[in-house]
Amino acid sequence: MGDINPILLLASLMVASTPILFAALGELIVERAGVLNLGVEGMMITGAVVGFAAGVGFGSATMGFIAAALAGAALSLIFGVLTQYLLSNQVATGLALTLFGLGLASLIGQSYVGIRAPATVRLDIPLLSDLPVLGRILFRHDFLVYLGLGMVAAVWYFLNRTRAGLILKAVGENHEAAHALGYKVVRIRLAAIAFGGAMAGLGGAYLSIIRVPQWTEGLTAGAGWIALAIVVFASWRPIRLLVGAYLFGGITVLQLNLQAAGARVPVEILSMSPYLVTIIVLVILSAGRGGAALGAPGSLGRSFHASR
Amino acid sequence: MQRRTLLAATGAAAALCATLGAPLHAQDDPLTVGFIYVGPVGDGGWTYQHDQGRLEVEEHFGDAVETIYQENVPEGADAARAITQMVLAGADLIFTTSFGYMDATAEVAEQFPDVKFEHATGYIRGDNLATYDSRFYEGRAVEGLIAGHLTESNRIGYIGSFPIPEVIQGINSSFLHAQEVNPDVEMVVVWAYTWFDPAKEADAAQALIEQGVDVILQHTDSTAPQAAAEQAGNVYTFGQASDMAAFKPMPRVASIIDDWGPYYIERVQAVMDGTWEPTGTWGGMSDGHVVIGEITDAVPAEVKAEAEEMIDAISSGEYHPFTGPINKQDGSVWLEEGEVATDEQLLGMDFFVEGLTGDIPS
Amino acid sequence: MMRLERRPQPSEAWSWATPILAVVLTMIVGGILFVFLGKDPILAIRTIFWDPLFGSFASYTRPQLLVKAGPLILIAIGLSLGFRAGIWNIGAEGQYIMGAVTGAAVGLAFYPSEARWLVFPLMIVAGAIGGAFWAWIPGILKVRFGTNEILVSLMLVYVAENILAYAALGPLKNPEGMGFPGSRNLARWDTTANPELIAGTGMHWGVAFAFIAVIAAYVLLSRHTLGFAIRVTGASPRAAAFSGVDPKRLVILAMLISGALAGLAGIFEVTGPAGQISIDFGVGYGFTAIIVAFLGRLHPIGILLAGLLLALTYIGGEMAQLQLGLPAAAIQLFQGMLLFFLLALDVLTNFRPRFGADAAA
Repeated sequence: MGDINPILLLASLMVASTPILFAALGELIVERAGVLNLGVEGMMITGAVVGFAAGVGFGSATMGFIAAALAGAALSLIFGVLTQYLLSNQVATGLALTLFGLGLASLIGQSYVGIRAPATVRLDIPLLSDLPVLGRILFRHDFLVYLGLGMVAAVWYFLNRTRAGLILKAVGENHEAAHALGYKVVRIRLAAIAFGGAMAGLGGAYLSIIRVPQWTEGLTAGAGWIALAIVVFASWRPIRLLVGAYLFGGITVLQLNLQAAGARVPVEILSMSPYLVTIIVLVILSAGRGGAALGAPGSLGRSFHASR
Repeated sequence: MQRRTLLAATGAAAALCATLGAPLHAQDDPLTVGFIYVGPVGDGGWTYQHDQGRLEVEEHFGDAVETIYQENVPEGADAARAITQMVLAGADLIFTTSFGYMDATAEVAEQFPDVKFEHATGYIRGDNLATYDSRFYEGRAVEGLIAGHLTESNRIGYIGSFPIPEVIQGINSSFLHAQEVNPDVEMVVVWAYTWFDPAKEADAAQALIEQGVDVILQHTDSTAPQAAAEQAGNVYTFGQASDMAAFKPMPRVASIIDDWGPYYIERVQAVMDGTWEPTGTWGGMSDGHVVIGEITDAVPAEVKAEAEEMIDAISSGEYHPFTGPINKQDGSVWLEEGEVATDEQLLGMDFFVEGLTGDIPS
Repeated sequence: MMRLERRPQPSEAWSWATPILAVVLTMIVGGILFVFLGKDPILAIRTIFWDPLFGSFASYTRPQLLVKAGPLILIAIGLSLGFRAGIWNIGAEGQYIMGAVTGAAVGLAFYPSEARWLVFPLMIVAGAIGGAFWAWIPGILKVRFGTNEILVSLMLVYVAENILAYAALGPLKNPEGMGFPGSRNLARWDTTANPELIAGTGMHWGVAFAFIAVIAAYVLLSRHTLGFAIRVTGASPRAAAFSGVDPKRLVILAMLISGALAGLAGIFEVTGPAGQISIDFGVGYGFTAIIVAFLGRLHPIGILLAGLLLALTYIGGEMAQLQLGLPAAAIQLFQGMLLFFLLALDVLTNFRPRFGADAAA
């Protein structure tokens, strides 16, 4: 019977959580702007295949990631135009986007099955990576893991310390009021949606270029849906989102580690626990504020049409 | 009481065909062979290999055969319809390539007695319904032998999909042969509960590596464990279902390839010759259904030679990987000295052999 | 510049014209896609839209349209009642799964009983209760704590999927199934089978219930006080409060009804077309039904038509795969496009586009 080394567990948990962290951060901004885009899975997998194809084509992982972000953003703008200009229902449009994205990805990917991804450089930060404990956890990863952490900080800063972040939140809380104050609700939301798409694309490409790394259909295997759950779990706050991503990504890692260490684990109960925790968190959040001011942005999921 | 059939519509359609004058094809038309796939042909694993078999059929018979397929058919409500539509589209012989299609295949086969059906990995047969499967455990024996030699930590990892006989055969077979060349070897089994989920498979491989495992066998279809092993640097792996040649020569040191081509060609030929029978085929290395992919130079020459010897012995029928004495995990005798496991014993295998730790989840 | 101006009344003409326009646009763009894939576009489109209805195997595929559309319509009807009142149950997939699992569990508990008259009705009731209970959770949390029902119902889908996996691998596993995950086949056991009611029509109990649900929803919305409460709440929650609608009661009722219908769809599917509880039982009907509900503009008749249209693209898509070798992905893409066009053009029903300088002002 082996023991689980908590240091190694943490290190692999950070890697496992990175794709969903990216996608969830993007969706957090989208939802903070008052838009619910359920098409994360479709954008992720499109990012995965386009990133992979571009990475192979240019022979550069970096180009792959750039292409993935662009592809995710482009796809999200279909959703953006439909929901923002043509006022289609966000739930239905998001679901259609997932369907569309899955189909598009496997069509694009047909000639990329069985090919290897371009090599990526692992960024072992010199000196620091040799530190005991922390070195292994923090300083021996690929670039994207650090970028993900950086993005958490950036999103936090944007939302809490910048004027633009304030405006974004205002649009999400009450779009009529924001409109009355002269803010361009639709344009702000479109920008948020595109950001969400780019981040989902990056998350998908992390899977196809670094994690797996290969293109196969069904690569994302539901990661986009988990990202949606994490946003809720985090009650739309970036730092909690990081915790959520580690929790959701970590449960699988932990479960498999427990098995490998020879422990008997009820797999299904462990797998459903993050979702149950999310519901409990939601209830506590909602109940704590007398039910009126929810954690959720006030205009979440509602269409906006300036009647003048 | 009248027997209820779910798809009485199928019966109606069959009757329709009959009145129109079945079979749908005149004799000199090409034989139409249909394939039902559970995944996309681009999965790089299970379905990909079946589709390679289909392409081999096309190449072998040329214009004499026309193949059709449908991918991504869910196991459940849509399977019976997909199979029926294939019949209506004129298929003379249909291969359904996943265990979950068993009931649907049986049901449709009853409705269309003139069409031949073949179901992979199942156990229901009928007048026009054959079954086929491969003896993957033969390949696992070779992998076990190589793994037993290669491991330095004496810990071998095994990523299992579901605790079903086929997977348990593989675990037992590889463990027995690893133990034979390395009595100190331990096997760590992790159940992923999926046939294909790259991220989860990567996590599983990572968890095994962190437990000090330095050889990983997998019964799931993605290349993610190979990538995880490559990153770790000194971990060996084996390709599964397809060759996974992209990871040669390290970490992938050999592979088990499902080669369905020879079987498909043989069966299509049988239909053409009028000699097709609803058999239950369980092909192995000797039939070319299970193929060991290139053993790379990362394996020491003498180990490679030993492995090739075993491949020859199994292929020639000289050696059966489950030859006694073998005890069950609890120490009770399963096979006596020299006794060879029967196919029935293997098909119902639900226990670990002696020396394996951990329980099979139930 | 173009600007949208809200119509005082939704346009009757456009509400009929937009779906037709959307289908035509999808055919054009889809046709171009098919050309790029090296297929004959006219043939492909005929195979998808025409052949399932009037092709040479229509006697088989027409009933199959009902089989495919049945669960979608049944679930979408339930959802539409809530959606109209602004109650967003998007976890129908979970309720569908829970209905199937509870119903199947009840049936399997009686194995090998032959008392169909007792077991089958019990299973149906259990299925409805299972689905309703799963929808009641987000309902009661919303009423008690103001929790967002969109998110809770979505989370419960994942929980249900894990329960399904547990059931298929554990308690409901077929003891004679060679260790493979999955329950006994309920469709092949006379006591629990949900067969075609009239041979050759595809009409099983689930389809019959779907039609009943369409009619019941129509009557409910136009004649019943609950229907009035739903409509007035949807139009203006404040007006609803003045007219004596209890919003909490409405939330619970809407969730219970939609959950029960999804649960029914689940039990009829598991005893009929699907046959058994397996890990892959949930094929996304619950999510597709949301799309169906919106395509049908939350109107019972609209939902009936939308369900049939979507079923047509599924069956026609399968035929195109089979006969023309179109990849499944192309069909998925095609369906996605159809949905985009339908959703996008819907704007014309409620808004009037204005062009020119005036609009830019």
